[in-house]
Amino acid sequence: MAKITFITKEGESTTVEGTSGSVMELAVQNNIPGIDGDCGGVCSCATCHVHVAEQFTAQTGEASEIEQDMLELDDNVNDFSRLSCQITISEELDGLILQVAK
Amino acid sequence: MIEEELTDQSCIIIGASHAGVNCAFALRREGWEGGILLIDADPHLPYHRPPLSKSFLTAEAGIAQIALRSAEAYEKQGIERIIGRVSIIDRTNKQLTLTNGASYWYNKLVLATGARAFIPNIPGLQDAGHLYVLRTAADISNIRQALLNSTSKRVLVIGGGYIGLELAASLTKLGAQIQVLEREERILARVTAPEMSRFFEQLHQTNGVEVCTGKSVVSIYEENGGVRATCADGSEYQADLIVLGVGIKVNAELAAESDLAVENGIKVDTTTRTSDEDIFAIGDCSYHYNAYYQRNLRLESVQNAVDQAKVAAANICGKAAEYDSLPWFWSDQYDVKLQTVGLFNGYDVAVHREEAGKENCFSIWYFKEDRLLAVDAVNNAKAYVVGMKLLKERSVIDRSKLTDNTIPLKPSLLAL
Repeated sequence: MAKITFITKEGESTTVEGTSGSVMELAVQNNIPGIDGDCGGVCSCATCHVHVAEQFTAQTGEASEIEQDMLELDDNVNDFSRLSCQITISEELDGLILQVAK
Repeated sequence: MIEEELTDQSCIIIGASHAGVNCAFALRREGWEGGILLIDADPHLPYHRPPLSKSFLTAEAGIAQIALRSAEAYEKQGIERIIGRVSIIDRTNKQLTLTNGASYWYNKLVLATGARAFIPNIPGLQDAGHLYVLRTAADISNIRQALLNSTSKRVLVIGGGYIGLELAASLTKLGAQIQVLEREERILARVTAPEMSRFFEQLHQTNGVEVCTGKSVVSIYEENGGVRATCADGSEYQADLIVLGVGIKVNAELAAESDLAVENGIKVDTTTRTSDEDIFAIGDCSYHYNAYYQRNLRLESVQNAVDQAKVAAANICGKAAEYDSLPWFWSDQYDVKLQTVGLFNGYDVAVHREEAGKENCFSIWYFKEDRLLAVDAVNNAKAYVVGMKLLKERSVIDRSKLTDNTIPLKPSLLAL
């Protein structure tokens, strides 16, 4: 079980709990604005872009090459950018804070 | 009391796949306060379709894992799902009737009726047992079960398009022996350049799928508990099951019967409105104008479904929004990811770019005269996003730089 907090562009904070699957799926199931996951989680659409709070980057790990490429030209990309469909939920992510990029 | 009037309104959406479901949720985001009814004959909680031919077929993902939204999300947003099939739209009284006799009135109606598998007129095909199509979760479950029951594990896939090929890749994982019969001289003939067709043909052959081109099936008959397909050139193929992937037929009958304008799909304007100002059509069923290619077209894609859903929702809520999207697609087969942006139709030059030091990482850039039309990127998300940016900015590209793979893929380095 991991508690994950999403902060939207408008500054609205929502904390939800997940046990498995991807962070994108958790966000979509909880209707978090700005995370769409249109491609269903296969790293093809970049509609689940988040910024990982700096203190959690070790837990979430680095973006893969395809993920970095998908994000490279995104208007909101920064050093903490990830596609949330590529972050798998685990106990280690408990307390994770993510800023929705869009 | 204006507020009361608004909450009294009803928007009905026919079709609960990518377009319909996204439209329902977008309506709430845009401030729609009235009722939202989402009607579909498919009893499942609405699901993503692309995984059907992939992770859902191989059972790596169950139906719950590919749900578009959770059941609670519909409840929370006040979106009512009805399992049923609409038989009549009465535009004069703004009322529709289901086949079970129930009727509902609407202020705004959205047709997201999609398409169904096309069944060609091949003798024996219509009544052949062991014949499967792929459109719904039930179709895929049937295919998986049929393969389990099959002793020879031999499958004939008729049609070498993306869906048929994705299915072939997934069925191979399940231990099937597959032959793909393609009518044209190459697979993917309608959607990509010859060299891309060759790449995918080789990919499938390497993975044990037999790709047979120039095979026009002329008859099908049942034999020894399986099926036999005969082709125009006299060749014959036997299998325990046949899967058809030869295109779709638009579900436009309801629209046509209620006298809405229908051409190659339900005709809509840039706001996704049909010829009736209170009726919208979105997704695979809509015949719409594309500003990038300056022509009317119909698209079978998640991108189009989702983008049109948002445009329809905004317009229903009285906000000005126009459809102005660049088409994009993807296909995952084995460990290869193809990403396409734009439409290649009408190209006169295809420029091939290999990335240095990377195996199976390349892209094909389609041009008509100087204008970039589309990019097919294989295991190359960078080419895909760079292509998308250049297309969106309608940049003119220096083709000599494109073919020189010592020059990095960067919009600023490629644009003239």
